[in-house]
Amino acid sequence: MTYIAKPKLHHPALTKNSVGYTRRDYEGKISTLCAGCGHDSISAAIVQACWELDIQPHRVAKLSGIGCSSKTPDYFLGNSHGFNSVHGRMPSVLTGANLANRELIYLGVSGDGDSASIGIGQFAHAMRRGINMVYIVENNGVYGLTKGQFSATADKGSKSKRGIINSDEPLDMIGMALLLGATYVARSFSGDKKQLVPLIKGAMEHKGAAFIDVVSPCVAFNNHAGSTKSYEYVRQHNEAVNRLDFIEGREEITADYAPGEVINVEQHDGSIMRLRKLSEDHDPTNRIKTMNYVQEHAAKGEVVTGLLYIDPSAVDLHEHLNTVTTPLNQLTAKELCPGSSALDRINASLR
Amino acid sequence: MKPTDISRPDYFHKVVDCQYACPAHTPVPEYIRMIAAGKYDDAYMVNWKSNVFPGILGRTCDRPCEPACRRGRVEEGNVELRKPTEHGEPHAEPVAICRLKRVAADNKAKDGVAKRMPKAPAKKNGKKIACIGAGPASLTVARDLAPLGYQITVFEADPKAGGFMRTQVPRFRLPEEVIDEEVGYILNIGNIDYKGGHRIESMKALMKEGYDAIFVGTGAPRGRDLEIPGRKEAAANIHIGIDWLNSVSFEHINKIGKKVIVLGGGNTAMDCCRSSKRLGGEDVKVIVRSGYEEMKASPWEKEDAVEEGIPILNFLVPKEFKHENGKLIGMTFEKVKAEYDAKGRRNLVPTGEPDHFYPCDDVLVAIGQENAFPWIERDIGLEWDKWGMPKVDTVTMQSNVPTIFFGGDAAFGPKNIIWAVAHGHDAAVSIDLFCNGEDLKVRPDPMVNLVSQKMGIHEWSYDNDISEQLRNRVPWKDKKLTLKDIKVEVELGFDPKSGFAEAQRCLNCDVQTVFSEKLCIECDACVDICPMDCITFTPNADEAELRTQLSAPSLHAKTQDLYISPELKMTGRIMAKDEDVCLHCGLCAERCPTGAWDMQKYLIEMTHAGPACHKKTPQKKAA
Repeated sequence: MTYIAKPKLHHPALTKNSVGYTRRDYEGKISTLCAGCGHDSISAAIVQACWELDIQPHRVAKLSGIGCSSKTPDYFLGNSHGFNSVHGRMPSVLTGANLANRELIYLGVSGDGDSASIGIGQFAHAMRRGINMVYIVENNGVYGLTKGQFSATADKGSKSKRGIINSDEPLDMIGMALLLGATYVARSFSGDKKQLVPLIKGAMEHKGAAFIDVVSPCVAFNNHAGSTKSYEYVRQHNEAVNRLDFIEGREEITADYAPGEVINVEQHDGSIMRLRKLSEDHDPTNRIKTMNYVQEHAAKGEVVTGLLYIDPSAVDLHEHLNTVTTPLNQLTAKELCPGSSALDRINASLR
Repeated sequence: MKPTDISRPDYFHKVVDCQYACPAHTPVPEYIRMIAAGKYDDAYMVNWKSNVFPGILGRTCDRPCEPACRRGRVEEGNVELRKPTEHGEPHAEPVAICRLKRVAADNKAKDGVAKRMPKAPAKKNGKKIACIGAGPASLTVARDLAPLGYQITVFEADPKAGGFMRTQVPRFRLPEEVIDEEVGYILNIGNIDYKGGHRIESMKALMKEGYDAIFVGTGAPRGRDLEIPGRKEAAANIHIGIDWLNSVSFEHINKIGKKVIVLGGGNTAMDCCRSSKRLGGEDVKVIVRSGYEEMKASPWEKEDAVEEGIPILNFLVPKEFKHENGKLIGMTFEKVKAEYDAKGRRNLVPTGEPDHFYPCDDVLVAIGQENAFPWIERDIGLEWDKWGMPKVDTVTMQSNVPTIFFGGDAAFGPKNIIWAVAHGHDAAVSIDLFCNGEDLKVRPDPMVNLVSQKMGIHEWSYDNDISEQLRNRVPWKDKKLTLKDIKVEVELGFDPKSGFAEAQRCLNCDVQTVFSEKLCIECDACVDICPMDCITFTPNADEAELRTQLSAPSLHAKTQDLYISPELKMTGRIMAKDEDVCLHCGLCAERCPTGAWDMQKYLIEMTHAGPACHKKTPQKKAA
């Protein structure tokens, strides 16, 4: 938290992207979170990703619930649409917005409290339905705003700042997302932007439900010895399965890497993601194997990160519902009302 | 790269670009903050201690600090802040450091400052020092040594002290009362015997008078002449620039012809043309051999001349003074162009155009100054170089005759006031060491202090909210008045309000970002918040490689250092901060959860002559 606004002055060599904006143009208000909060790094990663993707800020809708994480949409994309909803209800508001206007890029930002406790039902159904969105959980394992009680994602056996050992099983958001049909599932760490930024970019390009679990240490209440969500613990136990190097448009791929190291995943719309494999026995296109892989490594105390699963042939809710390509909010009476003669015909057929 | 050793006094000194560039190393941000706080007396005294003539320099300094100022570099890439104004397209500009000095001088309480001036001790130390010439260099020596108990005698050919500042700088730039006041502060210290109107004709004779040391601060008193056809015949209307300015200053001359040509592209030429304009010159023009850009005059002095309607014609080499019946009627010039050879050296090559003729009534020749020491006998043992300059040590200011010291323009040729002051300080240190029988080569360490500015979680003892204002313009008095009377000062100076606004543009580069790697948890908060993308965490490498790994491109690798931390305990990476365009806004420190970043004020003050320089009382090592 800081009292002065970040100066508008920027580095003299700051460049503009193809839509005419600098990275700084994607920033929001000055953050009021605690100094050193992982969430601020995630905000910075979102800013970077949107700038690199040449996204027009007004084509993004950022939605959130309640909590430290859900405050963050105020701190990035200051020129985008925003909706700060009720606790745990971001997914349903997002679903409604997405149905009304399928042309925006939907960015849902939530936390472990907002998504894994009060909003767990909403989370589950949003994943099931395959809403075209990026769902980021800023996961720190504690309720920071209420002074550090364990949240539902806190690992069993981890220690709170006051010395209490957590006896509850953690809720596995990655496992749930995989199980419930999310078509892009990733985990990352707020302290590793080199990994996180491409993952956010990939998620924004993905047509379907994209879920990213970002371990984001709470410096105020969960960054001590005994915590499994501290900067130090995550750095020591981070097992990255792959690096998402870049995302190509619909261009032909020329492989720069030795065979076997690189996987090109062609998506439904023809775009291609290039993954640099770091783990030999992980196949990011196999959902069942991925579930096993994540569970096995979790049992060893490792935090598996990277793009864990991607369904190249993903489709979204609009395709399930067979909606028209025009956003529903742009349909007028002309398209929606067939007229009295059509009504008469229908009525006649029912007599 | 090796971790940066911030205990070395010169590391952070370089970060304070203005202070580093100032020959006298005036603590610029320190006094600018005082001006912003309305503490004009304090600001004046900080200046006075370092540069001796704040009021004079605040009007006339060559300001090497301003081209160095970080603000100029920062504004360079921030074009969107610079909306066109009535004065045209604004450009990136440094803080108006020089004119802020004047704000301190103009607004101080006169007796408040006078009360704080040092006084000579009642008990003298028995050493006698002669200062020849009463310009800025000699007066600085006198000021530094008189409070230590030395008996100083200042000899000056003119009746009043001040030297070049009094005799050549025109009154419309520097009013006489400012000179009187600041020269007075020195002469009133006591122990200084001022002998005005007393020209030293013989060094030999002076050396016999029993002085323990002699300081020569006689300036560069001879203006260079231009020996081309017609010079002798038209002599009545051809004047040497500095002599003419001198005569104008003493009111021996109070008018000039209607058409005036000023030859030369230095600051003296600018003073000549603007003075001519005030003494009846209606059609005054400056004609230079070089291109406009390469002229020696400071850019602002050129702009001021142009502002007063004086055209500057370039690439014209003087060929002949034209005269009729013994009276000057004009000059012819050969038009040239600049051509650069393979080594990048410039040659002025005739264009082949017919010669240009400009009619005129008077010509002022301001094409350079030379030193002249006709009064120093060549058989006193002093060594001279092939250009007729005494051989002087650049650090100690001592000549090969141990008792004779040089400073100011007399030492290494024409420079400016602030260099003369710096020479004066160095010579005073040397004379003091010399009179105490100590080694002149062992120079005193500067006083260095580094103190945290943290007052609370988000409170600092300096204003870290960065002003986005562009440089304020110093208001001018109405041209109708200033062009009529040579004694009316052109610049009005900033008033307290605009002075405050300008002071707020200062980036407080002396408040340093100090990093403690042991406290860092590598959360990236500082990297994310830094508005200038100065901070990078990366694996260590050599400097060239590291500079390619930075968050933002390194723009001034030759002059701006990287601040490198030791390896961090968690990832083994290092923190690399490019000092180049840091705003010193302190956001890295505010966002740091562990206090690994702290904003610490770095104060470096040059040690002037006095007991601190002597080995008998050794200095504490800088922390």
